[in-house]
Amino acid sequence: MNLDFSAEEQAFRGEVRDFLGAALPGDIRERVRLGRQLSADDHLCWQNILSERGWLGANWPQEHGGPGWGPVERHIFDEECAAAHAPTIVPFGVSMVAPVIMKFGSEPQKRHYLPRILANQDWWCQGYSEPGAGSDLASLRTRAVREGDEYVVTGQKTWTTLGQHANMMFCLVRTDPEAKKQAGISFLLIDMQSPGISVRPIVTLDGAQEVNEVFLDEVRVPVANRIGAEGQGWTCAKFLLTHERTGIAGLGHAKQALRHLKSLAGRLQHRGRPLLELPSFRQRVVKAEIELMALEVTHLRVLAAARDGGAPGAESSLLKVRGSELRQELSELTRRALGPAALPFFPDYLYGEQKLEPERAENAAVSAQYFNRRKLSIYGGSNEIQKSIVAKTLLGM
Amino acid sequence: MDFSYSDEQRMLADTLERLVADQAPTENDALPGEPSTLWGTFAELGLLQLPFTEEVGGLGGDGIDVMIVMQALGRGLVREPYLAGLLLPGTLLASLADAPQQERWLTPLLAGELRLALAWQEAAARHDAHAITTRAHRQSNGWLINGAKQVVLAADSATALLVTARIDDGTLAVFLVPADTPGLERSDYPTLDNQAASDVQLKDVVLSHDARLGEDAAEALDKVLALGRAALCAEAVGAMEVACEQTLAFLKERRQFGAPLASFQVLQHRMVDMHLHLEQSRSMAILAAASLERPADERDYRVAAAKAYCGEAARFVAEQAIQLHGAMGMTEECRISHYARHLVMFDHHLGDVDHHLEFVGERLSAA
Ligand SMILES: Cc1cc2nc3c(=O)[nH]c(=O)nc-3n(C[C@H](O)[C@H](O)[C@H](O)COP(=O)(O)OP(=O)(O)OC[C@H]3O[C@@H](n4cnc5c(N)ncnc54)[C@H](O)[C@@H]3O)c2cc1C
Repeated sequence: MNLDFSAEEQAFRGEVRDFLGAALPGDIRERVRLGRQLSADDHLCWQNILSERGWLGANWPQEHGGPGWGPVERHIFDEECAAAHAPTIVPFGVSMVAPVIMKFGSEPQKRHYLPRILANQDWWCQGYSEPGAGSDLASLRTRAVREGDEYVVTGQKTWTTLGQHANMMFCLVRTDPEAKKQAGISFLLIDMQSPGISVRPIVTLDGAQEVNEVFLDEVRVPVANRIGAEGQGWTCAKFLLTHERTGIAGLGHAKQALRHLKSLAGRLQHRGRPLLELPSFRQRVVKAEIELMALEVTHLRVLAAARDGGAPGAESSLLKVRGSELRQELSELTRRALGPAALPFFPDYLYGEQKLEPERAENAAVSAQYFNRRKLSIYGGSNEIQKSIVAKTLLGM
Repeated sequence: MDFSYSDEQRMLADTLERLVADQAPTENDALPGEPSTLWGTFAELGLLQLPFTEEVGGLGGDGIDVMIVMQALGRGLVREPYLAGLLLPGTLLASLADAPQQERWLTPLLAGELRLALAWQEAAARHDAHAITTRAHRQSNGWLINGAKQVVLAADSATALLVTARIDDGTLAVFLVPADTPGLERSDYPTLDNQAASDVQLKDVVLSHDARLGEDAAEALDKVLALGRAALCAEAVGAMEVACEQTLAFLKERRQFGAPLASFQVLQHRMVDMHLHLEQSRSMAILAAASLERPADERDYRVAAAKAYCGEAARFVAEQAIQLHGAMGMTEECRISHYARHLVMFDHHLGDVDHHLEFVGERLSAA
């Protein structure tokens, strides 16, 4: 057994780090570092840079234009991106719908969509959840009625992340109301500019606007935009969800958050000593540190198994549960470290262009981020649902 | 032993319950700094006089009375600064000020004609009210004050600030600084729990001799902060009650997998844990409120224990309330998120869990 990265892997890490140092625009890096909301243009700018380098489709196989990295390289890449304050790649295109198209799409669909995704030409969003269908996704009610070579789609999607910027949505719809729950669902690709679509923003408790409601009123979608067979949507959806969960441990982000916490608590003073020396605080930081050590090795074990051919199964649920809990704990400790200074709230700075004095700007996002991170245990299948999956599939309960 | 309210207290609780229920959430959500009519109602109902002794024109209410008020305000997330604009500065003023100072400031405060604020918190001192660096230098014509205070609540609507400072001989003193005094600069902002706060700079602020309230203010300040902490615990209990009620109602109403969420055992147990945190916090809030007239050591020990306990419990309740609401709990539109913000940020006021754990830890007896 050997837990070290190989010489090639270490060289790869150096290559990624050099690239990030040279290619990431300073203003974008600073916005990410300070926890300010990025504009659509910021996202596009960074993804264009990655696309040109050939690294946008980090999880793509070479045959489709990916860099052909294995799970370990992908992990290193994620970790270095988080450490460098690079924007998180908007996952809906490259990491979510693309693998589905590769696996279930027709040749013309692959030829049309995949190069566009890799060239950062479309902004995808995920139309799964509905007001009545959250954890119980298969109870979704958005209807698609076949009329000739079109579907007429009517219903409502919700919590659609960054849907306000999207021009394409992959969407689960009910094509057969008679069939049993899962069997009546199909997977459609919908042009967000189609007549009958309207997007309404939802403001979250941190004051941000990253989710939306999407209303569909007799939206006409070509049958050619269906991925897989009619009624095969649930298979596509489940396949996608496992992809969604693998990166969701957010190890790179957790490491970055822990570094930030330690440096902050090392600088802030409590009764003339660094806060990090206060026993009750220090102990929680130590516990987070150890939890992260364990999570990293667990993560690498899953990655190594995946590299050697095993598909990530219920293990990704374990990573998601523990990773989200850890990131939430780190966001809590960081907020707590600030003491009274955690209270001020500057939404126009965080989500707009308002200027703030540097000392104030430095930690202005901390409390808002704590509240934002509550989502980690809710989306991508809530932690309660993940535990049920583990109980059922891994433990046979 | 008797945990029941007196008849007057029952009436007080009923009055407040009605008052808070009548408050449309939109009024609570008025932006910081916007005038509200509620303060006048507080005055009419005697709430502004309640926590003060009869000698200074108050109604002689005790810790339990304050608890009743704060719990109700917490239930409604009423954002009028009862604690920051009245209770903290007012009780400090009442215990330190001489007769002319009381007449000038306390009488109109109790009549609802003005509000005050207490500027005690400093960036480097974190939660420690005594480790301050604001200095007051005695000079021929009065006092010269220099320093900075952070996150002073309700300063924007205060006619004057009570400012803590060390004088040349090291004594902790409190000064009454009218808001328009030259050299006093405020930078205002809202807090995450939707209160109005300010950072305050004092640059060569010149005050007359009679601006100082009393002599050594250390003990009086501790007593006021103990009252404030007990009051905050009560407010948090009120907010936790509503968070638990709304979450329970949501679990019963929301259906997934063909059944109400309330039928899933893991959620039942979580709900029970929330309820347990609430009841234990309620006990600690009562203990704190009932200990305010005890000797300082005993009072502060119990109050610190209560504040530490409620800090953790409030966060647990807030986080679970969001989690059990799913994505809905993450929205500004759903009131549960407002309660959650309030309950989480509770820990950042008047000393956090770590601060109070340390306090209790240093006094823990082995016996
Ligand atoms: C910030 C954010 C971004 C999102 N982005 C997207 C997006 O882009 N596209 C999209 O389609 N969706 C998105 N979602 C939606 C997300 O997938 C859902 O929130 C999630 O599936 C949970 O559904 P729900 O919110 O309706 O909660 P519910 O399903 O109503 O669950 C409420 C609570 O009950 C628990 N629960 C439910 N059923 C059970 C059970 N059987 N046993 C035990 N506990 C149970 C849940 O764990 C949760 O704690 C997003 C959500 C958030 C918060």
